Amino acid sequence: MKQPVIYEDDVVKGFITWSLVWGFVAVLLGVFISLQLAWPQLNLPPYLTYGRLRPIHTNAGIYGWGIGSFMAFFIYITQRLTKAPLWSPKLARFQLWLFNFTIVACAATLLAGMNRSKEYSEHEWPVAILVVILWVIFSINIIMTVIKRKEEQMYISLWYILATLVGVAVLYLVNNAAIPVSLTKSYSAYAGANDANVEWWFGHNAVAMVLTVPPLAIFYYYLPKSTGVPIYSHKMGVIAFWSLIFMYLWTGAHHLLWTPIPDWVQTLAMAFSVMLIAPSWASVFNGYFSMNGQWHQMRENHLVKFLIFGITFYGLQTLQGPSQAVRTFSAFIHYTDWVPGHVHMGTLGWVSLTLFAAIYYTLPRIYGTEIYSVPLVNLHFWLAVTGQLIFSITMWIAGVQQAAMLNATNPDGTLHYTFMETLVRLYPYWHGRAAGGIIYLASLLVFIYNIFRTISNAPSKSQTKTA
Amino acid sequence: MIEKRPVVLLLLATAAILVGTTITMIAPFRWINDQKLRIPGVKPYSVLQLEGRDIYIREGCNNCHTQTVRPLLADVERYGEYSKAGEFVYDQPFLWGSRRTGPDLARIGGKYPDAWHYKHMANPSSMVPETNMPSYAFLNRPLDTTLSERKMKALSYPYTQGDLDNLEGKSEMDAIVAYLQKLGNDIPWRAATAAETALENPFKSDPATISDGREIYSRQCAKCHGAKMEGGAGHSLLEEDYPDNKFFKIIHDGIKDAGMPQFGDSLSSDQIWKVTAFIQSRKAK
Repeated sequence: MKQPVIYEDDVVKGFITWSLVWGFVAVLLGVFISLQLAWPQLNLPPYLTYGRLRPIHTNAGIYGWGIGSFMAFFIYITQRLTKAPLWSPKLARFQLWLFNFTIVACAATLLAGMNRSKEYSEHEWPVAILVVILWVIFSINIIMTVIKRKEEQMYISLWYILATLVGVAVLYLVNNAAIPVSLTKSYSAYAGANDANVEWWFGHNAVAMVLTVPPLAIFYYYLPKSTGVPIYSHKMGVIAFWSLIFMYLWTGAHHLLWTPIPDWVQTLAMAFSVMLIAPSWASVFNGYFSMNGQWHQMRENHLVKFLIFGITFYGLQTLQGPSQAVRTFSAFIHYTDWVPGHVHMGTLGWVSLTLFAAIYYTLPRIYGTEIYSVPLVNLHFWLAVTGQLIFSITMWIAGVQQAAMLNATNPDGTLHYTFMETLVRLYPYWHGRAAGGIIYLASLLVFIYNIFRTISNAPSKSQTKTA
Repeated sequence: MIEKRPVVLLLLATAAILVGTTITMIAPFRWINDQKLRIPGVKPYSVLQLEGRDIYIREGCNNCHTQTVRPLLADVERYGEYSKAGEFVYDQPFLWGSRRTGPDLARIGGKYPDAWHYKHMANPSSMVPETNMPSYAFLNRPLDTTLSERKMKALSYPYTQGDLDNLEGKSEMDAIVAYLQKLGNDIPWRAATAAETALENPFKSDPATISDGREIYSRQCAKCHGAKMEGGAGHSLLEEDYPDNKFFKIIHDGIKDAGMPQFGDSLSSDQIWKVTAFIQSRKAK
């Protein structure tokens, strides 16, 4: 198994390194804009305002850190599961350059105010064309590697990888349809309530196809690799796979409850959101049951700790999400700080913890070395979990408090508080959230230092080693 | 079976994705923005308003402000009439947003006089103490009109050469204020929410009421009417001799032509009565 296949791992190293850079930028910007909310004088117009920086924060996080590391691990995992070398290493190296160029172009144009306003897809059409080219190159390389595979059976991770490739393509092309006015300006091809419905079909399924399906592919690969025992049930993974990708696409309109889109679209979204608990928790149970007889590894194996906490946050996320998708609860909580609290449990908890585990497993292997310091790994873990929990819990309390104040009425039916009276009470929570963010940022510094030392210790010109 | 056939897997996955997509994303095009749901009063944006809207988008205002009022008591009481699909048919893109760090703006048009917006955009805390909105004083720079005509053409909005000529000398601030003043005003909803008069002040001259009223006054009214009611941007209140219910009505509904904002959606009836009691107490001295 070691001799015949030489895997392309240099490009994996490149994607991991660059996704770390963008992930750090995303969290740094996140801390900065959280401070801007608490201290508005930190806004430095025209460029460094909350309104311009927030899209860069979200894009750097979802696409720079998320997609960047998914590209790394899709390339790494696909080669291992197919027992075939990457179809075209040259194309993959070009993809790495194009990826970084696209992220820089996206950030620079957003900073300059070239902005379509559509959440999680704000960049203007020339950048969108770069993204399409990037995705086509990536998809061809992965699909061709799968087609030319040496291992006939496709493990469940490959299913999730293939679904990501088509899912992202469909979502992105539809939502980015625009009427260009110039190189720097375009208008959405859809109007009003239609545009809203298309946007949240995209927005929520970006959560599916970028923040759920790829981390699941990674989870299903790295959990058995880390524990040394197989996944509990392949069949359960398959059932969860089909029901997840079928049901997710119905749920976008739960972001639009009580808005003027047709009621039946909202009701379907609400029903399917609740139904999604089943496939989500099938993956959670698959993870937990795989740990049967192995729970002691939570103490001994730092990789397992990251993965099991990650899947636990996924489980909590997929219970909280459907509850927010119910009309009555949405009426109360929507538009408050509760929602950023929810989102960051998914991104900082589920997605990032899973990616950290994958990086800790993969990097030493492809550099032919050991991790520099396991105590630092544990420090990273506890700082990350603490920072994320402070962030999310603070925001949940803030959201409930503001919602309660906004809804409070006097005996005559008039409102008890003005909007500003509810806002000024949020300042202490915003300070708390910034503290959580700073702790998370510190965890990343520990992580990056550890990774840097690990790579420095690697034997120069390391031989490619199969895992 | 499937686990050995990647192409079949890809096709089936695509099919699975397209079912929900077709039903909940493509099919609604048949119902949303239907001719029958059109509202005759809803007009496309003028050149200046559209430029203002593009500045709103450029600055990412939608990251903190929503533009859709839900048919819920707290929303309707606070912001005004709930939003109708027909009001957004010219919005490309929509700007409903997802987070209300600041208040909803779907019905902001006509709520405050232009002068209020100019001051507030340049220095938000001068009008709303303790706000966390950044200053947008830099919008006083000249409006770039090189793309204006192409924008109107791209969206097929009607315009005349005169409209384009009128952009001469306008600032970005003029444009964004013009845009904000259009929001939510294409349907005649304000008239319907005017307060019923013939009410009596339930608080009168209770001293606790007057100190509550003083606090509300200093937060909401003093910026324009002066700390001692001596006047400023607004009238002096020292000579105004109105009965309580007239004060109530003016504070609740505003006086549009005189630039007095309406406070009916940001203050409760109790709060308005308390301010009224405070204003009347000063006059008595």
